[in-house]
Amino acid sequence: MSIVKLQVNGATHEVDVDPSTPLLYVLRNDLDLHGPRFGCGMGQCSVCTVIIDGTAVRSCITPVSAVRGGITTLEGLAKNGKLHPLQQAWIDEQAAQCGYCQNGQIMTAKALLDRNPDPSDAEIRAAMDGALCRCMTYYRVQAAIRRVARGTKTAGAVK
Amino acid sequence: MSAPLQLPKAVKDAILGFNQASRRNFLKGSGALVISLGVATLPGANVFAAEPAAGPYPDPDFLQLDTWIVIHPDNTATFFVGKTDGGQGTGTAFRQMMCDELDIAYDRTSLIMGCTDITPDQGGSGGSDAIERDGIAMRRVAAEARRVLLELGGQHLGVPVEMLTVANATIALKSDASKQVSYAGLIGGKRFNVALGGRNVDAIIVKAAVKPVNELRVVGQSLKRYDIPGKVDGSLKWAVDMKLPGMVHARNVRPPLAGATLQRIDESSVAAVPGFIRVVSRGNYVAVICAREEQAIRAARQLKVEWKPPATAPFPASSGLFDYMRTATPSSVGEAQVVGDPAGALAAAARVIEAEYEVPFQGHSAIGPAHALADPSNGQMTIYSNDMKAYGLRNGVARFLDMPREKVRVVYMDGPQVYGRTAADDAGFEAAFLARELGRPVRMQWMRDEETAWDTKGPPYVFKLRGGLDAQGKVVALEYDACAADHNHLGYNEPDTVLIAQLMGRRPERPARGSAEAPSTLYAIANRRTTTRIVGMPLTWETPLRTGNLRDPNGPQVTFAFESFIDELAAAAKADPVQFRLDMLAVAGEDGVFRKARSLAVVRAAAKAYGWDTRQSPKPRTPAARGNLLSGRGIAYTYRSNTIAAVIAEVEVNRDTGRVWVKRLVCAHDCGLAINPEGLRHTVECGMLHGLSRALREEVQFDTEKVTSVDWASYPSLRHSDTPEAIDIVLVNGDPNPNRPDLAPYGAGETSHKPLIAAVANAIFDATGVRIRRPPFRSERVLAAIKAANT
Repeated sequence: MSIVKLQVNGATHEVDVDPSTPLLYVLRNDLDLHGPRFGCGMGQCSVCTVIIDGTAVRSCITPVSAVRGGITTLEGLAKNGKLHPLQQAWIDEQAAQCGYCQNGQIMTAKALLDRNPDPSDAEIRAAMDGALCRCMTYYRVQAAIRRVARGTKTAGAVK
Repeated sequence: MSAPLQLPKAVKDAILGFNQASRRNFLKGSGALVISLGVATLPGANVFAAEPAAGPYPDPDFLQLDTWIVIHPDNTATFFVGKTDGGQGTGTAFRQMMCDELDIAYDRTSLIMGCTDITPDQGGSGGSDAIERDGIAMRRVAAEARRVLLELGGQHLGVPVEMLTVANATIALKSDASKQVSYAGLIGGKRFNVALGGRNVDAIIVKAAVKPVNELRVVGQSLKRYDIPGKVDGSLKWAVDMKLPGMVHARNVRPPLAGATLQRIDESSVAAVPGFIRVVSRGNYVAVICAREEQAIRAARQLKVEWKPPATAPFPASSGLFDYMRTATPSSVGEAQVVGDPAGALAAAARVIEAEYEVPFQGHSAIGPAHALADPSNGQMTIYSNDMKAYGLRNGVARFLDMPREKVRVVYMDGPQVYGRTAADDAGFEAAFLARELGRPVRMQWMRDEETAWDTKGPPYVFKLRGGLDAQGKVVALEYDACAADHNHLGYNEPDTVLIAQLMGRRPERPARGSAEAPSTLYAIANRRTTTRIVGMPLTWETPLRTGNLRDPNGPQVTFAFESFIDELAAAAKADPVQFRLDMLAVAGEDGVFRKARSLAVVRAAAKAYGWDTRQSPKPRTPAARGNLLSGRGIAYTYRSNTIAAVIAEVEVNRDTGRVWVKRLVCAHDCGLAINPEGLRHTVECGMLHGLSRALREEVQFDTEKVTSVDWASYPSLRHSDTPEAIDIVLVNGDPNPNRPDLAPYGAGETSHKPLIAAVANAIFDATGVRIRRPPFRSERVLAAIKAANT
């Protein structure tokens, strides 16, 4: 065990853990965050995604000691009590079914829009392809991303 | 504007404080001041005061109105129902139905589900019948509460009930709206103390009548789901998030080979793992407990266990599954259903078509592996779980641990999808067993390989169909033979069928019967023969190839074979696939819920929404279609219980790579009264896409020792890039119709899922002229079929 310092959602935390511990378990069990969740532990599904310095990172395979830079989790997207436009779009499109994977969907979409504010449909599909959903909410998730990127109001609208 | 108990908070309260003790006292109302109509004040001022819930936890009395509805002093209400919501928005729909009957605004209410000691036992979820069956009880109790409140209002205002009107939880004189009293003013924080009648929870009898459909105002609105905000801002506490003081983490160690026997555990192999607490084993069940989660994961991987392989192979390899099924001795054979003279009609038919179909094992493979937290405090057992059948889990764990039911409770919380019987059961039993062994709270979660390999699976099928056409292309005979490998079905939380019980050596008296189903269809075919049989895998118990209800347990398999074959008959008759089906429906008999008329309407609505042009399949190759992309369309129709669906898939098949992309999906759907049309559309949409995943990607693979599908690479699922670019859903008769005051709501969770594989197969045939009789339609299979047809 050793003391690891983390910047999470703008706050600094010190945790006493084995440095090889995957970031996911520190976020969930030491910092009591619920956004990132365990899905596969292998970096295959994106359910555990957080954003580190603008990049969507799979926290389940990222040792806590390897983290350089500030971490943003789902809980850190809202600012001053106002939801992030993607979170609002998720509500407007009613994108979730069970919702377990939606952390991965939203965080992957945020990383996409931060680097490409107006992606084509093909770019959305490609960027989101690693974010799995077993309720198969993909159609509405894509509509929600389009809604933010283009102000599109229609769920089924295709560019 | 918002109620003080927005649901995420309410669920949290239900778990952390709300509060069994005060709720229990509330329901008992002991020593309370009794006023007119039996209304009693609350012993404590606050129903939701935080007190520890020490137990025991007797069943809430479903025959007491107070069990279902509480009116708070601020004129809001909380509803308590014994259901769970797997993400289809049923919780929102329940609230809408109850708000309408109670005459209270939706945003002045909250709802608590599936906590066995505070919500009446309505069985949890399953069978897509929450709205159809359980919704009736909810409507009745809410209507009864309104009736009682009106009587109280009449006494309060000194007028007969007939002179009163009620809106927004406030009762007023019809003649003078200034003379009014709120529900809270009559009963806020007090008990109704009104007994209900009825033999069971589905047959509750009340004095009040529920409203006719044309008086419903909240029902029929597309209100937004209350649970989504907490799911997108990270504030909702899920079952997977539950933590308790003193809690430790457990992981299972499964036999590496199916049917292996535990020989020896070398505990010293993990003694040095930081945080290691204990290895627990019983029979072939092994788990490791550590202080922290990552420590438990490491210890479970590191633990040295010697296993003795089984003497004989537990199952054939997945590549030989269907040959095995065809030749295996059936464990049970269904009674043949014969109508008319199928043999004679086939012998006299102008043309006889024959085809065989196969469907592999397909898994639940929840996105979040199974989990539960169990707390053995105070000599009780509390299990925090997303199990869709919270009440069954409670009963099963009580029997498994030989504890009185009253000492066991299950607190239902949100979790990953539950489209049937999943390993959520298993994790609940495992956590409870380990918590008792350790005497402290234990959190269990499965790993991905364990979830994919060991979770319950939908049974595989082989089918053989024969059909006879007369000279005019009309179907005169049809023989349907189905064989399913389904012999070890995970039941409903029985203490001898969950995996931990099997591994410990417990066995039920005999395996589950399993089932091979006949198609649900209304097609009028004069001469028919239907035969079914079940075969088992060589290894019945302690096997990863165990079956469990997976979204319409047999429907996707059966409908794939049957609706593919109908399409083959249509092609042989050179008939348009839609018209061919309509012709057979048109001469069918009608039933009490008008399924014939509704089936005709649904098939026509799907064709119209799609823009179906009448022609036979396959699509004629035009010179323009010489590129590598072939397009086509296919229809499949079915019903499930009283709900009808027809799906049309439009595909694009790359003839060079074999890749199938379903570009467009159209579904016409009739489930009667739509409680929340947008929520319904989303459920229909995701049901189709789940079916599309089974059509294009999903197959459990195994060798003769173990399941080799262990992650998302070896068990591929539908992805963003597979998503259709357009999905159109037509709700046929789906909205409240003022002309039909008795229109019933039927289930919608599974029907649109059911015809998907068939619709895609039929579209691939239309595009390519190649009939593929075995899903999934992965690129390599499609390419091989195209090549075989062209050589």
